[in-house]
Amino acid sequence: MKRRDFIIKSINAGIFTGAALSFGGYGKIFANTVNSSLPYDLVAVRDGEPDLMLDKALKAMGGIKNFVTKGQTVVVKPNIGWDVPPERAADTNPLLVKRIITHCFTAGAKEVYVFDNTCDKWSSCYKNSGIEKAAKDAGAKVVPANSESYFQNVDIPRGKNLKNAKVHELILSSDVFINVPILKNHGSARITVTMKNLMGIVWDRRYWHRNNLNQCIADFATYRKPDLNIVDAYQVMTKNGPRGTSTADLVKMKYLIVSDDMVAADAAAAKVFGIEPQDAEYIPMANQLGVGQIDLTKLNINRIRV
Amino acid sequence: MKLAALKKLRVVFSILYFLLILTLFIDFTDIIPEKIYDSVLFLQFVPSLLTLVNIFTITGIGFLIIIILNIFFGRVYCSFICPLGIMQDIFSYIAKKIRRLKRYRYAYIKPLHWIRYSFLGIFIIGLISGITVLISFLDPYSIFGRIVSGLIRPVVVEGNNLLASVFQKFDIYTFYVVDLQPQHWQVMIVSAFFLLLILLFSVFKGRLYCNTICPVGTLLGFFSRFSVFKININKNTCTSCKLCEKVCKAGCIDIPEQNVEFDRCINCFNCLTVCPFDSIQYSLDRKITKQESPAPSEQNPNNRRQFFALLALIFAAGKSWSQDIEVHDTATFPTKRKVAVSPPGSDSIEHFNSVCTACHLCVSACPTHVLQPAYTDYGLIGFMQPVMDNHAGFCNFDCVKCGEVCPTSAIQLLDLETKRQTQIGIAQFVKQNCIVETEGTNCGACAEHCPTKAVRMVPYHGSLVIPEVTDNICIGCGACEYACPTTPHKAIYVEGNAIHQRAQKPEEKEQEREVEDDFPF
Repeated sequence: MKRRDFIIKSINAGIFTGAALSFGGYGKIFANTVNSSLPYDLVAVRDGEPDLMLDKALKAMGGIKNFVTKGQTVVVKPNIGWDVPPERAADTNPLLVKRIITHCFTAGAKEVYVFDNTCDKWSSCYKNSGIEKAAKDAGAKVVPANSESYFQNVDIPRGKNLKNAKVHELILSSDVFINVPILKNHGSARITVTMKNLMGIVWDRRYWHRNNLNQCIADFATYRKPDLNIVDAYQVMTKNGPRGTSTADLVKMKYLIVSDDMVAADAAAAKVFGIEPQDAEYIPMANQLGVGQIDLTKLNINRIRV
Repeated sequence: MKLAALKKLRVVFSILYFLLILTLFIDFTDIIPEKIYDSVLFLQFVPSLLTLVNIFTITGIGFLIIIILNIFFGRVYCSFICPLGIMQDIFSYIAKKIRRLKRYRYAYIKPLHWIRYSFLGIFIIGLISGITVLISFLDPYSIFGRIVSGLIRPVVVEGNNLLASVFQKFDIYTFYVVDLQPQHWQVMIVSAFFLLLILLFSVFKGRLYCNTICPVGTLLGFFSRFSVFKININKNTCTSCKLCEKVCKAGCIDIPEQNVEFDRCINCFNCLTVCPFDSIQYSLDRKITKQESPAPSEQNPNNRRQFFALLALIFAAGKSWSQDIEVHDTATFPTKRKVAVSPPGSDSIEHFNSVCTACHLCVSACPTHVLQPAYTDYGLIGFMQPVMDNHAGFCNFDCVKCGEVCPTSAIQLLDLETKRQTQIGIAQFVKQNCIVETEGTNCGACAEHCPTKAVRMVPYHGSLVIPEVTDNICIGCGACEYACPTTPHKAIYVEGNAIHQRAQKPEEKEQEREVEDDFPF
C-alpha cells in the first residue's frame, strides 16, 4: 500500500466514516434486469442533427422519465479519450452530451456527473473535446478520473478472463448510468461502440489488452448494464481509429442509436458501420454471456427518419 | 544619505519574485500561461547566458542587464533575483526567529579565494567545453529548480491529493488528485545534498555559500569591484561598534579595518538600517585607490592537477556510460534503447546536453510527465537533464510546453505544425514480446494511441492483427511504448534520434463512401 493510500484510507476509516456511509451507494450491486417497460428494444434515428435525433429517440422510448426520475443522481459517460477538437469526431459530440444532461435535469435529476478515464492527458481531453464546457454549461459536474484513487475494486462473477476490475466510484454510487459512446473504427476490436466505451470507467486497461481484449470487453459488459446507451454515429471515423489522424478519416452518416441493450446497440452500429456484428469478436462473445441480443431480427426496433 | 528604505524594497521585491518563481516550479494544474515563464525567468543569469551563447536571441540579454546593473549597483542579482539566494535569506530569517534573536549575529569572514575561483574555473570550463553538467551542478537557479521540483513540489502535490480526497467525500471535485512520477534517487540525492548544504550555510553563516561555492556570485563579485555605487564606511564617524558587521549576511564588513569588501557584498542593505551614526552608506564610490585582494595567480598547481584529473574522470565516465541502457530490468526478450530520446525542440542530443542546466522547469511543467530527470540515459554528461521517459508518459502530439518554458534554449520553441513532424526517435516493434504473438489474442494498444498511425494493425494469422511501423511518419512520441501492456518488457519502444529528423505528414485520403439510403437492419 502506498503511503498516500494509507493516509487516505486511515482518514476514510476515521473521521470521514460518517460522510462516506451517508452516500449509501458504495458497493451497491446493480441487478442486470431488463427494463421491460420500454416501448422498443432499440430506436435508430437518421438524417438529423445529433441533438434533434436525441429528442426524437427519447420520445420514441417513452421520454427521459423512463430512465431518470426525480432526485436521482446520474452519471453520463461519453468517450473523451482523445485530445482532439470536436470536428475530428474521436470523442462524443459535445452538443449531444449537453442535450442528454439537459434532459436529465428536466426529469428532475439531482446531480449529473460526467467523466472518462482518458488515453491522452485527461485535462486536455476534457477541454479540447469541448465536452467539459458543454457539460458544465448544462449544469453537470465534470469529474476527474485520472488517478487510481477514484476507482474501487469490484467482482465480475460472470467474466471469463476478467474476474475483477477497478471501477470509478461514481458508477458505484450513482442511481442512473447513461453510456454515450461514439461509433468509430478500432485497430484490433474492429469497432468501438457501447461495450468498448466501458473501458473508460475502469482503471487498468492494460490488463484487458494482455488477456484477450475482445473477451475482456465482453466480460466487463456482464458487470453492469447501463440504464441507457446512446450511440453517436453522426460523424463516423471509418479508418485510422480510434484516434484518427485527420477529418479525412470521417464519413458523415448522421445516425443515432438508442437502446438499453449494449449487444443490440453494438450490432446495429456494426451494420451502420458496414460490417456484420460477428466481425467484431466481442459482440458475439457478449451475446453468448447473455449480455444482450445480437440478432436484430428478434428485436422490436423503431426506425425514424428525420 | 540614509537609504534604509532600500532594505524594505529588497525584502518586498525578493519575496514577491520568489513566490512567482516558486509557483512556476510547483504549478501542477497547468494554469500558468506559457507567456509568463519567459518574462519571469529571462533575468536568470546562467540560463540567459547559455541562451545568448547558443542561439543569439533577445531573450539572451537578461544576463547582460544583470551585469550592467552590477556595474552600477553591485550584486543586485544575488539578493533580488537569485531564487537560491532568496531561499537562503528565508532560511536565515526563520532560523533567527527560532533562535529568538533580535538581530542576526554574523561576523567578518575571511575570503576563501582559491575555493571561489576554483568553482568559477570549473564553471567556465563547463561553459567553454560544453560539459554542461559542470554548470548544472553549480548554477544557483538550476539548483533551486531541482530542489523545488524534486523535493518541494511532491510535498505540495501530496497535500493537494489529501485535500482532493477529502473534498471528494463531500462530492466536491474542484480539486483533483495528481499522480506523481518517482524520480531517480540519485538525482534526488543531489538535490537533497544541495538543500542541506545551503540550509546549513544559511542558518549558521548567512550567505557564505554565495561567497564560497557559487560561481555566479564570484563572477558578479568581480564586476562589483568596479561598481559605481558601493557600500562605504565613513571612517571619520565610525565608532567601530560592529553593529553593521553583525547583520552582514555576506560577512564582508571588516570593522577592525573599517573596510567593506564589496566584491562579496550581496546588496542585502541590512547594514544601512542599523548604523546609529549613518557611518555606513550606499553611495558613489569615491575611493580611487584599489588595494583589493590579489587575483588568484598563486593557485596551487597541485590543486589544478587534481582538478583536471577530476575532469578527465568525468569525461571518461561520460564516454563509457552513455550508451547501451537497458530499458527494462528482467525479460523474456530484453529491449535496449541505444540512444536516449531528447525532447522535441532540443534539435540534437549534443545540443541539448551542452545547453541544458537541468533546472527541471520542463519536468515540472510537462503535462504528461514524459520528461523526467535522466540518470545515465545520456551518460554522466547529461546527468539530471530531462529525458523522454515513455514509462512515465508520452509526448502529447499537440503540445510544445517544454519549449515554451525552457529558459536556456536547450529546448527551443517549435510551432505546433513543426512539432508534429519533428522526429525525436522511431518506434521499434519487438514481435517476440507482443501479445498477438505470445498469447494469440488481439491487443492493439500501441496502434490505438499512435497520433500519426505510424503504428497500425495489419492482418496476421486468422482474425489476428499485428502492429506494423511506418518509420517515415513516426515522430517518436512514445505513445505506443507507454500504452504497450506487456510485462516485464515492452513489445514496442522508441529508439532515439541523436539528431532530430523531420517526419513525413501522414497521408490524408478522402473517402468516397455513400451512406445507404435504407436502414441496414
